[in-house]
Amino acid sequence: MERRNGGTVGRYTTGARINHWITAGSLVLMALSGLALFHPSLFFLTHLFGGGQSTRIIHPWIGVVLFFGFAGLFIRFWAYNLWNRDDTQWMKQSGDVINAREEKLPEIGRYNAGQKLVFWAMTLLIAVLFLSGIVLWDTYFHAYFTIGQKRLAAVVHAFAAVITILVWIVHVYAAIWVKGTVRAMTRGSVTGGWAWRHHRKWLREVVQKR
Amino acid sequence: MATLQSLDIKRRSATTEPPPHVRGNAIEVAKLIDVSKCIGCKACQAACLEWNDLREEVGYNTGVYDNPADLSPATWTLMRFTEFDNKGNLEWLIRKDGCMHCEDPGCLKACPAPGAIVQYQNGIVDFVSENCIGCGYCVKGCPFNIPRISQADNKAYKCTLCSDRVAVGQAPACAKACPTQAIYFGSKDDMIAHAEERIVDLKERGYANAGLYDPKGVGGTHVMYVLHHADQPELYAGLPNEPRISRLVELWKGGTKPLALAGIGLAAVVGFFHYIVKGPNEVTEEDDERADQINR
Repeated sequence: MERRNGGTVGRYTTGARINHWITAGSLVLMALSGLALFHPSLFFLTHLFGGGQSTRIIHPWIGVVLFFGFAGLFIRFWAYNLWNRDDTQWMKQSGDVINAREEKLPEIGRYNAGQKLVFWAMTLLIAVLFLSGIVLWDTYFHAYFTIGQKRLAAVVHAFAAVITILVWIVHVYAAIWVKGTVRAMTRGSVTGGWAWRHHRKWLREVVQKR
Repeated sequence: MATLQSLDIKRRSATTEPPPHVRGNAIEVAKLIDVSKCIGCKACQAACLEWNDLREEVGYNTGVYDNPADLSPATWTLMRFTEFDNKGNLEWLIRKDGCMHCEDPGCLKACPAPGAIVQYQNGIVDFVSENCIGCGYCVKGCPFNIPRISQADNKAYKCTLCSDRVAVGQAPACAKACPTQAIYFGSKDDMIAHAEERIVDLKERGYANAGLYDPKGVGGTHVMYVLHHADQPELYAGLPNEPRISRLVELWKGGTKPLALAGIGLAAVVGFFHYIVKGPNEVTEEDDERADQINR
């Protein structure tokens, strides 16, 4: 007999998935082109973008795509990411989280505290990267900022970019570790079993609304 | 090694491996600009354009003698004129501005493109334009606000100290053209010795604070000034008193970079081993059954 999986539950609309993957693709391209100029040992990455000059030209434009892509995700998801008491409790039990003792954790709605932190960290970091990036975008904005402001922007931009990559690693690793997660963004749905295990409160809400 | 010993490289931008340095005993050169002898004729500016085959666009008179008004991708050296009221005595201070060829070059440290900025064994800091990606980091690294990015080809330009002329034993074009010998060129030691003579002379003439401008904050420079008021270099169109590479640039370009890369690598490794130790977080049969009961 085929193992039942608790049916499926819709998690992301087609629009949300397209929006996510445009943002994800541009974030990866931003990281590669940014790292190319971040450290000499990674300068070879400029070859992926057609050379140093082209990397310098293309990086900020991909940044514009990333900014508007993330703005779309922000508008879609911000309301689901508001902090509540369960999130504070979840954070306190981070030991249970990394050891996958989910039966000990409070029931979780659409997003858990870790996902919310990723969301708000990305919101803040992408805003900082966008603004400091404008200051560094000499092709169009060189006349509007002083050299002192550009020096500060360069430090802030590099620092925020490193933190962004770290947050991205957490985001991607969580999706790899927690089996059954990726299909939410590739197919739009998750299994009922997955929802029961990881987002029980959300599953109950979805079922109730039917 | 470079064909010409004078073009042997001491430092190369964005390069982690050291350049060949078995020869390494090149004589350090310097240009000495004696501001007290300058008459502001701009022959040096003209000679620079001519030797380097540059054309500055015809500009506008901004009401002062400075012409053009600022350094540009075509103007690598510029006479800057300052009227200084020295207790009722008007002094016309004229400084030939341009790259100072720092021993510790901020532009080179900031540059992300391998080999776009080099420092030769003789101390000259040169831009190798083919390797330049036009990012403008050199502008942020420079404590003297010298490099300019061209709108035409998005590459950075500045004085080369006529590295091509120096390579074949010639003095820079500006030094050659100067009618009052306000610009000297030679070994750095000789230039310091000559400056000392000039300073003694200036002090005898009543310039008690005459001195040499060879700022230590950037490790000394390979372009030096004899100033009548060495205690106040700012008088000379804002020549910085104690120039040094900005702390922000050092923070941005210093040891934090490998640290940041190590942090990123560590995060990936920790993730990998978490998976190896804890295994995947999988949905159990019980989860599926419980879900089935409510998800119909």
